[in-house]
Amino acid sequence: MNIIVCVKQVPGTTKVAVDENTGVLLRSGVEAKLNPYDLYALETAVQIKQTYGATITVITMGPPQAAEAVREAFALGADNGIMLTDMAFAGADTLATAYALAGGIGTRCKYDLIVCGKQTTDGDTAQVGPSLAEFLDIPHMSNVISIDKAGSENIHVSADIGEYVGAYEIKLPCAITVDKGIYVPRLPSYKRMLESVKQEITVLGLEDLADTNPKMYGLSGSPTQVEKIYQPEAEAGQVIIDGSPNDIASRLCHELRELKYL
Amino acid sequence: MAGLRINHDLAHKLSEAELDAVQKLCAFDAVEVDTEDGLSVNSSCKMCKLCIENGPEGLFEYVESPETTGINMDSKGIAVYVEHTLGKAHPVTFELIGKAKELAKPLGWPVYALLIGCEQDDLAKEISANYDVHVYICNHPNLERFLPEPYTAAFVTFIDIVKPSSVLVGATVVGRSLAPRVASRLRTGLTADCTALELKENGDLVQIRPAFGGNIMARIVTPMHRPQMATVRYKVFDAPVKLQAATPQVTYFDVESVTSRIAPLGIVLKDKTLDIANAEIIVACGRAFTSHKQLSLAKQLADLLGAEVACSRPLVEAGLVEPARQIGQSGRTVKPKLIITLGVSGAVQFTAGMKNAETIIAVNSDKDAPIFSVAHYAVVGDVFEILAQLIKQISEATTNNNNNTPEKEEQFCYRGEYV
Repeated sequence: MNIIVCVKQVPGTTKVAVDENTGVLLRSGVEAKLNPYDLYALETAVQIKQTYGATITVITMGPPQAAEAVREAFALGADNGIMLTDMAFAGADTLATAYALAGGIGTRCKYDLIVCGKQTTDGDTAQVGPSLAEFLDIPHMSNVISIDKAGSENIHVSADIGEYVGAYEIKLPCAITVDKGIYVPRLPSYKRMLESVKQEITVLGLEDLADTNPKMYGLSGSPTQVEKIYQPEAEAGQVIIDGSPNDIASRLCHELRELKYL
Repeated sequence: MAGLRINHDLAHKLSEAELDAVQKLCAFDAVEVDTEDGLSVNSSCKMCKLCIENGPEGLFEYVESPETTGINMDSKGIAVYVEHTLGKAHPVTFELIGKAKELAKPLGWPVYALLIGCEQDDLAKEISANYDVHVYICNHPNLERFLPEPYTAAFVTFIDIVKPSSVLVGATVVGRSLAPRVASRLRTGLTADCTALELKENGDLVQIRPAFGGNIMARIVTPMHRPQMATVRYKVFDAPVKLQAATPQVTYFDVESVTSRIAPLGIVLKDKTLDIANAEIIVACGRAFTSHKQLSLAKQLADLLGAEVACSRPLVEAGLVEPARQIGQSGRTVKPKLIITLGVSGAVQFTAGMKNAETIIAVNSDKDAPIFSVAHYAVVGDVFEILAQLIKQISEATTNNNNNTPEKEEQFCYRGEYV
């Protein structure tokens, strides 16, 4: 089985803020990391490989430094790595991202199964997986919580649909997004980590894709546009309570009584 | 092609210090000093446009794409997707209908509800009558339960018939699986988990949500495409008041293909055990909590108030609290009457999930913690000292007031496992 795992490099912290005086986004100074949800996707692929045999290819889109995320994936068990990087891909929303990934996968890979993490920690949208499946014209199932059986023609999974858990037989090729807790992600292997430095990453640009129209990618290919970004304002009419813990507790008790919670 | 353009003549005139300052304008390291061009933008660019706003005038310029593709300016109205299980609509549906009606009113637009299922005629009539919306329904045995492919086909057929300007979908598991598939087939924009929505006079839907994984919000628009699609979480908007008078307006439509490459094998209904979204009072613990012992204090307070214990993401990641109790963008959105946050710093990902609570009491030792920007009561001090005092004082007050009230006693004895 050929498995593709989609990964993304995300900021190592969520502490990006806007400087109130200059309006400039303040840098975090903390390094980028592999999206934590992708660890579950990688582990799912590795588990399938161990049980049924498979080749795992990770794919990512991002600036050149996103290669680090691919190397991290090598250390966690990926066999091959593909990176989509091109100025034409910059400023992509989820649609343009999925379209580029679909292009990279569609033109470069033989695949049976695509595994994505549930969502990323920087965007939190959970949209790229289903969107990617649509562009590749393959079925998808989101929120998969277990892989029940994998064959050459289909895969059996259970997915958390909110009100219920459903069991499904999905024809291959297909895409799944996996929830946290499907498997416990392994720690990176030190041996693999050393080897990963030498491992080759296939780098693809716009010209390497089947559709080379730059209007389909990056900002130009993104229907959604950021009109403005801003820091949320503090609400007016706030009551500030400070003092000794004893005083604070008395004030809070008083307020809770006023609000009829006591 | 749309994008950032750099005025290279201007860039060449900048001093080294100025170039350095310009580079620092970008939080994503996308601006590079280039010997040939003076400055260049690399693929890390997120098109946040802050360099245009804050850089030297004219140095950065935003170039729009000249053509308008796929836009149908005639499209009017707002459609809401009705999510349902076992003949009952998910309550987020009503919240979205309420919001859609509020947005549509100034423009005099109609509001539609889309129901995809099997023999859901009664539900369609009920929704139309109760909320005075035009319901479109697609009934088919293969549509009994959600499957991405046939549901996408039905959804797209509906959009083709009605041509709504905006489409709102609940950001439930189903919504987050279905909406991206529909948006991709239509090649239109979809904004996930919006925390506020506005409608401009020209019909542009302003979709507001936390952005770039940081403590910032973004206003997002879909200027060149219709429909504009957005998902919104449960409990972000208020549920509207039911109307009883309206005559149901229901239109049936068929979908060409209901084939699916996914075969459902069966379902198991979940126990309705814990749902912090239904709690009226919540005690939410943040990063300040590092042990089960500390958490048991929060539980004590919660029990005294008849509240549920919830938490922010770090506690789930540390394995201290079960994921079902997590509030925020990657957890649950809650809208309780009262929430007391203890040692929660308040990243937007967290506050997006609770800022609509009626009363917010935030306790944090850092007076500059962002949680205070949404709090009605900002309590600055040591979380555990205050917690201990609060438990003591509330226990004393309640035992004095409520001697021999068995109901309360029972509540005090309750010790739910939350670890």
